[in-house]
Amino acid sequence: MNARILRLFGFIALCFAVLVAFTSEWAVFGAEALKQQTANKRPLFKAQQIKRGRIVAADGTLIAKSVGTGQGASRQFIREYPTAGLFGHPIGYNFVDLANSEFEKFHNDELTGQNSEFTTLFDQIRGREPVGNNITTSLDPTAQQAAFDLLAGRPGAVVAIEPDSGRVRAMVSQPPYDPNLIPEDFSELSQDPAAPLVNRAVQSQYPPGSTFKLVTAAAALDSGNIDLETLIDAPASLTVQGQPLANSGGSAFGEIDVTTALTNSVNTFFAKLGRRVGEETLYEYMDRFGFNQKPDIDLPDFQLATSGVFDGADLLRAGEGVDISRIAIGQERLLATPIQMAEIAATIANDGDLMKPRIWDRVSDVDGRTVDTMEPSRQSEVMSEETAAQLTEAMRAVVDEGTGTAAALSGIDVAGKTGTAEVPGREECAGLPNQAWFVGFAPADDPQIAVAATVECTDGQGGTVAAPIAAGVMQTLIGG
Amino acid sequence: MEARAAGRSAPRRSSARNRELVALIPVALLLTIGFAAVFSQNDSQLGNLSLSYGLYFLAVCLATHIYIRIRLPEADPYLFPLMALLTAIGLVMIYRLDAELARDLARDQANWFVLGLVLFAVVVHFLRDYSVLERYRYTIALVGIGLLLAPRLPLLGEQVNGAYLGVRLGPISFQPVELAKICIVVFLASYLREHRELLVVGAKRVLGVTLPPIKHLGPLLVVWGASMFMLIFIRDLGSSLMFFAAFLALLYVATGRLSFVVIGMTMFMAGAWFIYSTVSHVTDRVNIWLDPYQDPSDAGYQVLQSIFAQADGGLFGEGFARSLVVIPGGAGDGLLPAAHTDLIYSLIVSELGLFGGAAVISIYLLVAARGFKIAMIANDGFSKLLATGLTTVFAFQAFVIIGGVTRVIPLTGVTLPLVSYGGSSILANFILLALLLLISDRARREARRDAPTPPTGVWS
Repeated sequence: MNARILRLFGFIALCFAVLVAFTSEWAVFGAEALKQQTANKRPLFKAQQIKRGRIVAADGTLIAKSVGTGQGASRQFIREYPTAGLFGHPIGYNFVDLANSEFEKFHNDELTGQNSEFTTLFDQIRGREPVGNNITTSLDPTAQQAAFDLLAGRPGAVVAIEPDSGRVRAMVSQPPYDPNLIPEDFSELSQDPAAPLVNRAVQSQYPPGSTFKLVTAAAALDSGNIDLETLIDAPASLTVQGQPLANSGGSAFGEIDVTTALTNSVNTFFAKLGRRVGEETLYEYMDRFGFNQKPDIDLPDFQLATSGVFDGADLLRAGEGVDISRIAIGQERLLATPIQMAEIAATIANDGDLMKPRIWDRVSDVDGRTVDTMEPSRQSEVMSEETAAQLTEAMRAVVDEGTGTAAALSGIDVAGKTGTAEVPGREECAGLPNQAWFVGFAPADDPQIAVAATVECTDGQGGTVAAPIAAGVMQTLIGG
Repeated sequence: MEARAAGRSAPRRSSARNRELVALIPVALLLTIGFAAVFSQNDSQLGNLSLSYGLYFLAVCLATHIYIRIRLPEADPYLFPLMALLTAIGLVMIYRLDAELARDLARDQANWFVLGLVLFAVVVHFLRDYSVLERYRYTIALVGIGLLLAPRLPLLGEQVNGAYLGVRLGPISFQPVELAKICIVVFLASYLREHRELLVVGAKRVLGVTLPPIKHLGPLLVVWGASMFMLIFIRDLGSSLMFFAAFLALLYVATGRLSFVVIGMTMFMAGAWFIYSTVSHVTDRVNIWLDPYQDPSDAGYQVLQSIFAQADGGLFGEGFARSLVVIPGGAGDGLLPAAHTDLIYSLIVSELGLFGGAAVISIYLLVAARGFKIAMIANDGFSKLLATGLTTVFAFQAFVIIGGVTRVIPLTGVTLPLVSYGGSSILANFILLALLLLISDRARREARRDAPTPPTGVWS
């Protein structure tokens, strides 16, 4: 009988092995798939039970905090945003049962404490509730508020970056939204034709107009195609690909150099210059500035837009039938995000080096110990220091005597470039055809802040509409 | 062959008991650490009781150990510590649930544990000669069937989740199936001991299949019928599977005819298929097992929550007392229904991971190993079959419920032996332990007496 008993034991051992196999499937191998099941509410409840870290502005102003309700195992946390709409962009929102967006989404791991395995294990042993880390941003509430005040309800965006570090000091998108209202009003807000949930600073693609002439000038000067003394004849109008291309105001300038052409934003000069530089070289410099790729910033990829020449949704490269003369003056099918234009100004301000823009500055744990600090890093070497200095001089002239005089600040030298793109036929603009731009930085000799400001649907010019906004934001950031 | 095996295992009595004593220490430590862990997480709710719980547990185990030392000096030294370990794991998990559900189940379970050990002592005291059980086998069989029927009786019976498993006597709810399993096994062991020769000798080969003789088939058909009957009347696939598995295991060990097992399995499957297609409660259970996602919020809810909880476990688990049991903002074990009984294994996997689950299964495997070892050492047929049957029914009960919560088989409401909350289960399993240790003690005593060389008396 004993042999049979042994066989029976073998059979039971086999049955138990099946149990271990199935347990492995649920607990380990198939666990991810089970967590994705919609019937599985456990991941959701768990996320709600984590006390998410705070987000604060550079000056310590509280932007987002988690407030607990309930006791013991049924304790859960809800996100609150004390500054309401001031930082709705770019911070976004986080409501576990609805979704999350923007900065809250990108930095989810830090905010939920998931990036610090050791802390989690340690907390488990101590039996502590899981707590996320706090993040200090570089955002400045005064500058945010100033941007909103100066936009005065007109749809548009403002981005302010520290040129030498890439720190984002202000990022404003008008109209704003209050993240506290997301749980109640999400469907309403998402269907609103004014698109308050869109962060125009990084998601909206606008024709950049004459501000793009900075890129053309940088390519021409830095590649050695021209120097400051090179003169090009700038008539009142040209015919390019069968269509007339005229100067704003219709005046002819004759033989002029690049500084004069920038100061007066001469279209015919830059159209010729673009052709002279060539598609390959211009595209090379566009790439260095960050065009033709998503901006390298700490926001989720799906909420970022690429700048470049678009045929519908397709990005056109050099040689794919683009009209280089019109691209050179920021027309054709060229579209750019406000953050891209701010990066152009910041690059020139930083002696030709583009720093990666970053909203976060520091991660600290719940006890206030710094866990991680943002280290500024270079995205690309766009142009030589010399070219950057030459462009800076030209941009000072724009503000001193050219199209951008409205950006002048008393006691501070401002360098900049205006732009006014005509976008006729945009339905949402109700007959106000212009996209007004100003990009610049200050102080010109020791740049501390670079700004791009843009206003949609206006009948004004970049110099009159956008320049004062940029100036006001720069003033708050330099004064402070 | 058997004599050699017996001779090799001739024990030195106190060394076996010393091993038992040493094995109890880690069990008490585990309980103390477990309770201390719950205590440290819930210091606001629970008093400074965890350490005294551990000491209390150790004291009760020591008392039992001393009793075994006196009454069953040669009994298997590992079975009691293994069973105490399972009880300790159960107590810790239930204590952890108490803190969250604001209940006192652990205290009740601890009381049941003490009562179970008292019952253990009573059985050991009055059943020193357990062969008397053979004499009353038909009475015992009747009692077993009566116990199985009790839940269907008006006034007494209680329906839980569509199955008739409970009996309510005033404030006490009782699961007769737990006790019935021992009665049935005693009957089967006794019956097969007597008839096994006849079943083998009278067997005929029909169409290449060895069939048992018709006149001895009757009682076997009765067992098959009883299993089918349980499916229909008690509506519990799990317990009928458990009984029938024990029956087939005993039939195989008694006769050595695998063909009997195959025939029995075919008959069970045929019956189960028929019942599956006619009894709606069983149909539902099976359909939910096959596709729980068809009704994830109602019929499939429990089994889905069971595997979702396990998915959170991973290799090492979420950490003790860290798994979600209560729906946030709600009350009760809404997110892991019946976490203290049916789904306690899911809770263990969720909190202690695959390793925790595998460890629990390993303990059951060790219990089975010791149980079968006892059966192999035993000298007479009844002892062998009884030990085999008791071990099989214990191990298969663990298989049925763990298999249920891991979707190996349809989920049914039997307890995870000694781990799940439940008085009937604890009491029945300590009776089972008493019988196994009685068999073991006698077998080793006889083996020692018959051993060619007497043990050196160093320890005794």
